[in-house]
Amino acid sequence: MQEKPKVTVSRTRRSDSAAKDFSFTQADVPASNGLASFRASAWDSFKKLSLPVTTDEAWRRTDLRLLPASDFKLPQDGAYEDLPVVPDYLLKPLTGEQHGGQITLLPGGSKVELDETLAKKGVIFTDFRTAENNHSDLLKKLIGQIVKADDGKFAALTSALAQNGILLYVPKNVQVEQPLHSVLWGPGANLAHFSHLIVFVETGASVTYVHEAASPEESTPAMHTGIVEIHVGENANLRFVELQSWGRHVWNFSHERARVERGGNLDWIFGAVGSRLTKNFSDLDLAGEGAQGRMSGFYFTDGTQHLDHDTQQNHFAPHCTSDLLFKGALKGKSRSVWQGMIYVAPGAQKTDGYQANRNLVLDDQARADSIPGLEILADDVRCTHGATVGKLEQEPLFYLKSRGIPQREAEQLVVEGFFDPIMQRIPFEGVRERFQQAIQDKLSK
Amino acid sequence: MSHLEIKNLHVSIEDKEILKGLSLTIKQGEIHAIMGPNGTGKSTLAYTLMGHPNYTVTEGEILFKGKNLLELEPDERSREGVFLAFQYPVAIPGVTVANFLRSAINSRRRAENPEDKGMPIPEFRKLLKEKMDMLKMDHNFAGRYLNDGFSGGEKKRAEILQMATLKPEIAILDETDSGLDIDALRVVSDGVNALAGPELGVLVITHYQRLLNYIKPHFVHVLLDGRIVESGGPELALHLEEHGYEWVREKHEETV
Repeated sequence: MQEKPKVTVSRTRRSDSAAKDFSFTQADVPASNGLASFRASAWDSFKKLSLPVTTDEAWRRTDLRLLPASDFKLPQDGAYEDLPVVPDYLLKPLTGEQHGGQITLLPGGSKVELDETLAKKGVIFTDFRTAENNHSDLLKKLIGQIVKADDGKFAALTSALAQNGILLYVPKNVQVEQPLHSVLWGPGANLAHFSHLIVFVETGASVTYVHEAASPEESTPAMHTGIVEIHVGENANLRFVELQSWGRHVWNFSHERARVERGGNLDWIFGAVGSRLTKNFSDLDLAGEGAQGRMSGFYFTDGTQHLDHDTQQNHFAPHCTSDLLFKGALKGKSRSVWQGMIYVAPGAQKTDGYQANRNLVLDDQARADSIPGLEILADDVRCTHGATVGKLEQEPLFYLKSRGIPQREAEQLVVEGFFDPIMQRIPFEGVRERFQQAIQDKLSK
Repeated sequence: MSHLEIKNLHVSIEDKEILKGLSLTIKQGEIHAIMGPNGTGKSTLAYTLMGHPNYTVTEGEILFKGKNLLELEPDERSREGVFLAFQYPVAIPGVTVANFLRSAINSRRRAENPEDKGMPIPEFRKLLKEKMDMLKMDHNFAGRYLNDGFSGGEKKRAEILQMATLKPEIAILDETDSGLDIDALRVVSDGVNALAGPELGVLVITHYQRLLNYIKPHFVHVLLDGRIVESGGPELALHLEEHGYEWVREKHEETV
């Protein structure tokens, strides 16, 4: 694929091809009472860290040389008023009948709704702008505890500049019955969208939370960088669904980490169908005895999309269970990377860890890289992993066609069948329908 | 009348000629059996009738109800009323028997009327239960993934269930008896016999006479080296059972 290098050309290329750095300045760091020192120190980290290059192990398969970093600008306050509005379907509930609360994050603004009865129980579900004023101490206490600003260039950038953020706090033993929902809507040319989500579920509490990030299709590049920090307290329960359908002009980066305490339970679902390029780090830290985490991923790429998902299941305590299944289909010249690691710390006995990544490559020029990994420092554990990359085979299609099912529907059945084990893990009809719709849309392209 | 007419059929796979001028006519209501030793082209005939892309027809024609079957895709052939019960049905993980059959039925309905919304689910469930009862199948079979982890007998039963649900006009049974114990063989044969009648033409492809004790053919043909070399009534099958294929081979060695 690579052109033959010529000495003169390659020299020019080298100087040209290094990614330009961002043009943000310290003046872009939002003024804030509560978060001033957090943001200032994140800004320092951002200045110190350089853009990742493919010689960095975690970035070996994801090349940022074409990232037009210097073009991206922060949206002005109220910028959303002159941009396309959020489509209705994004605001509809995907789980249950009705939302207990909904937040819309927009370029230069946000909208918040929360059921009063939840607010009375002490549930906080609000945007950063509000939280900085009304819950300043709590925000200051929680921010940057789970994902550190210096975890990476993009984590630092998000920590320093994210004015759009969400604070979800569920007090001890409060069961939130109605699901909470947030939408990050990112229209606009050359804009940099930042989002910082903090989810803190106290001891014995439970909640279901769905977060979606999306944009229209545009011709000029845009960028999103995000942080997700999750704390699941002792015997607490969190079901967290995150869906990504960015337009194909969006460069998307995120650092996400969940910490699950003793007896806590996290059901974490990912769905990704959008963006030009995505690099996502998702870490599950099982920090207390008997903690459980399940990670289920659905992705479908086409065209020239590039999706890179880095997952880490860290068993720091004994008797914890982690169960990861990521399944993806690829069309066109798209590419996916999944790199996963189960880490078992010394003393984390009776660990039960599982990870599997299954890929279905629908076109010859699409490519899926699947790299499982285990690092086990305890001796009484059960860890299994598996990775497969398969193609759409002729015989099943012929079989279906021989029963009168036309080629395209036959393909769709086989692909839906491939994704069925993921669908089985998703307890929300609305989310399953969204994935089914994505399969249909992508296959009919 | 739905005729299947095969005229002077020549079929190659990867440039190797397997069928070398096969001719056969099957009328509605008739049961034909094609017998022959391994490697004479029996399965090639079955796959070619259904339109498998690996088989190339180099000469001859196949007409069904007067239409040129060779111009049709496999799914179009199916919707015209051709059915193949596979010797080795493929597993489709993640797709349940019920979901699959509903897709197949709805494809038929949509081909007739593009506006069709599909068979209502209660009606479909009733239909499926009825057919499963006929084949003595447990109802939870409908929720299993198609052919995935099925025993040999379950696979063949699933094929007949599909046949019963899709109501073909011509059914080709490719070695349907292989891998079946005697009880399963009886259930499958009872199923075929229940479906046979003046509306259905049947082509039974088999190596052994055993199946023909249960599904009684009107006509028996012997396939040898890509051609039908003997045709007769049910007595021909019994003769083969007793004397094997050797005499056929000797008789036709010179002409082949």
